[in-house]
Amino acid sequence: MATIIELPKRKHEVIDRAVIRFCGDSGDGMQITGSQFTNTVALYGNDLATFPDYPAEIRAPAGTLPGVSGFQVQFSSSDVFTPGDTVDALVAMNPAALKMNIADLRPNGILIVNKDDFGETDLRKAQATTNPLEDHSLDGYRLFAIDLTRLTRAALQDLGLDAKSMDRCKNFFALGMCYWLYNRPMESTYRWLDGKFAKKPLLAEANKLAMKAGYSYCEATEAFQVTYEIPPAKLSPGIYRNMSGNQALALGFITASQKSGLPLFQGSYPITPASDILHELSGYKSFGVTTFQAEDEIAAITSAIGASYAGALAITTTSGPGMALKTEALGLAVMTELPLVICNIQRGGPSTGLPTKTEQADLLQALFGRNSEAPIPILAASTPGDCFWVAIEASRIAVKYMIPVIILSDGYLANGAEPWRIPNLEDIPAFPVKFETNPEGFQPYKRNPETLSRPWAVPGTPGLEHRLGGLEKQEVTGNVNYEPLNHETMVRLRAAKVEAIGQDVPDVVPAGDPEGELLIVAWGSTYGAITAALAPQRAKGHRIGHVHLRHLNPLPRNLGEVMERYRHVLVPEMNMGQLVWLLRAKYLVDAQGFNKIQGRPFKQSEIEGKIEAILE
Amino acid sequence: MATTTLPPPPQAPLTKKDFQTNQEVRWCPGCGDYAILNAVQAVFPELGIPREKFVVISGIGCSSRFPYYMNTYGFHTIHGRAPAVATGVKLMRPDLEVWVATGDGDALSIGGNHTIHMLRRNVGLKVLLFNNKIYGLTKGQYSPTSEFGKKTKSTPYGTTDRPFNPISLAIGSEATFVARSVDVFQQHLKDVLKSASAHRGSAFIEILQNCNIFNDGAWLDVTEKDARSEHVVQLEHGKPLIFGKKRDKGIRLNGLDLEVVQLGNGVSESDLLVHDEAHPRPSYAFLLAHMEQRPGFPTPIGVLRNWNDVPRYEDVVKSQIDEVIAQRGKGDLAKLLRAGDTWEVKA
Repeated sequence: MATIIELPKRKHEVIDRAVIRFCGDSGDGMQITGSQFTNTVALYGNDLATFPDYPAEIRAPAGTLPGVSGFQVQFSSSDVFTPGDTVDALVAMNPAALKMNIADLRPNGILIVNKDDFGETDLRKAQATTNPLEDHSLDGYRLFAIDLTRLTRAALQDLGLDAKSMDRCKNFFALGMCYWLYNRPMESTYRWLDGKFAKKPLLAEANKLAMKAGYSYCEATEAFQVTYEIPPAKLSPGIYRNMSGNQALALGFITASQKSGLPLFQGSYPITPASDILHELSGYKSFGVTTFQAEDEIAAITSAIGASYAGALAITTTSGPGMALKTEALGLAVMTELPLVICNIQRGGPSTGLPTKTEQADLLQALFGRNSEAPIPILAASTPGDCFWVAIEASRIAVKYMIPVIILSDGYLANGAEPWRIPNLEDIPAFPVKFETNPEGFQPYKRNPETLSRPWAVPGTPGLEHRLGGLEKQEVTGNVNYEPLNHETMVRLRAAKVEAIGQDVPDVVPAGDPEGELLIVAWGSTYGAITAALAPQRAKGHRIGHVHLRHLNPLPRNLGEVMERYRHVLVPEMNMGQLVWLLRAKYLVDAQGFNKIQGRPFKQSEIEGKIEAILE
Repeated sequence: MATTTLPPPPQAPLTKKDFQTNQEVRWCPGCGDYAILNAVQAVFPELGIPREKFVVISGIGCSSRFPYYMNTYGFHTIHGRAPAVATGVKLMRPDLEVWVATGDGDALSIGGNHTIHMLRRNVGLKVLLFNNKIYGLTKGQYSPTSEFGKKTKSTPYGTTDRPFNPISLAIGSEATFVARSVDVFQQHLKDVLKSASAHRGSAFIEILQNCNIFNDGAWLDVTEKDARSEHVVQLEHGKPLIFGKKRDKGIRLNGLDLEVVQLGNGVSESDLLVHDEAHPRPSYAFLLAHMEQRPGFPTPIGVLRNWNDVPRYEDVVKSQIDEVIAQRGKGDLAKLLRAGDTWEVKA
């Protein structure tokens, strides 16, 4: 009887969640690789959160430390709130990427590296003195050093491509390996390649072949002893798609345009990380959208003010430095009481700062960054998908109250993605706008007693000819007026108008415990990390609540009372403590800040650590 | 049953009075701005445009108080930004007749960027640039058109900057209509304003304006009765460039340059340059623009350039939207929200 030698059986593990990070040189296509992997796991039904992290330089010298680009995704069969604190599987395309990212790989984590790019020159560029593949520094990980470049070339040798074009496909070889490792089909990436390279089918073919080769390599070589299965998440029923923050803002504004019955106008000047909103909206001409790439940030907002004056739903989109340039025009919009939505996709600062990194340090600028008393309502989005709803709500407030509204998002929300349940349009309330048309008794600054808004009288309307401007207005008539008491009346009216918006701001209801030891009050993109930290900490018996503010001006009317129900108030922010400063000033509450200013979002573990430090 | 559309009820023709506001005009007595206001209020009713379609937009400076005195829609914006605000208005409402009132500081210094970009885009705006070569509202600092070496409040030892020539800046920005007139030349100014209104794209009009408080007599060469004819050449389309009290001098082309010639002695009108405001290339208008900076040359007034072959910006933007809608149909929002890869989570 012949002896059959049995190969060791591969283990197939079903797990709840995994975090994978692709990193390499800026030219290695890591953002595309990551997005493709994300798309595939999303289509499979996992919940997920992503964190693209790339340098400000388009192409720093190849192979160097500043040129490293990364894309991280956490996907799970249960709720996902963050891209993950530590990485389970790291794909590093060169020594520089390995050096910059290895610290985040968990002990015994999977490490796939491209062995072909660990030559002497590559190591020197990464400022490595020894070869990490040989110096045992990686002993604590499951290292798979694979000659990705050579294997990709071998797979593509019959296509007649030059070496450079072949090497460009090696990220798809790595992607194929990851699809195998996590048991994922490659079809959606095939479809994407067909669309992307519709005019260059050979390149689509090459990338497909490379991906298949990566997949087959794992199957044939038994490189991995384990494959993983992460079942679909139990999300609430509905149709889902993947959504990034900037995409969601664009769709939100198109929706607001239809719900208000106003044509959408966007004035914008390209700036990282806000440009994608302009890219998105400029493609939606069939929705009657007018996009105007202005000559500078100032023209971007002032053209939007002009468009608003002419009856459009007008928006302008920017990031911190651009926001600074728009400051004077914001004052004009306050003075002329015209509706306008200003999106500030915050990034690290001051000045040019960290263009591609996230921060939330523009809150006080949004609140106070203008000359004199120029109050402006502020809304902040908490997740990429939430940007959609915030865009609609900001637009609604702007036209209802005849006022400029600031939306604060940030680089993390803008580029991060999550599964987004597509809403039914019928479920979104309309807010039709009526322009003033009646000349009888018309006064440009006569106010609606409930909202304190003035009439929107659009040029071209017979009998309503009037003058607007930045000079102080006389109450009711809107004529230029320098009288002392009139000025005080108008300053107070403009403030009262913002306060009146409070009637539309829902009371906050804390997540977690409605009263107890600790209330976390926060805003913006810290939502994920705080939400993720809450459950394990409450499971330890702590009584913790979490209020995540969407409305930062005016604040919800019950916020002060809610904060009194807890012994401690903690305010985590990616700044030096701006909301905490505001809460302390406004409510005389002994709130304490927890601040991270590294251009990176909070980790769940950091929030948990802080909670423990306070409560234990 | 066929429905008939009734013609609109006959309306009394608009008059100058219809364009005056009840606001007290607050320019200094004797300011050239009064004359400009007068000319504009006289021309607007003659344009055949309903009053509600006029929008006057300004920046900051003495000139920019203009909208308050015009009984139309008006917007007194912030320093230098009137062209950008006006561009937004025009993009949303190409049917409106939008005029921009600005000054040498507003349009050429703080708002220089918007001025050049408005002109290169050819937005259908009429721009009145009141050039008095001084900052009036801030009480007498030099402006970007002040002559080199000028002593002002901020330059007690004289300016050290070379000035802008607004006309050549406009031509260099690919402006399709460029003209110059003078506050006190009322009929000429009105004629230029009418030509500007008839132009579809950007119309840039430099108006030489006297600030009798901070820079009195800045344009005396041009405006003084006795000297005027020697120092000014009035441009008329299709006519030779002749000037002088006795109309005995002319401008002749000499190679790539211009020269002043005395008529007679073998030089006749037929040798002179014949004004062609519709010349397709800007180089001709550019030659004219630089005349006054040269000794012996007159200052040209009138329409230097009037080229109608460039589409208006707002029309191009609008037709792109229309084309996309014609090709793809009107956008379906429900479809857009579901675009790309989607998946269903069942209950």
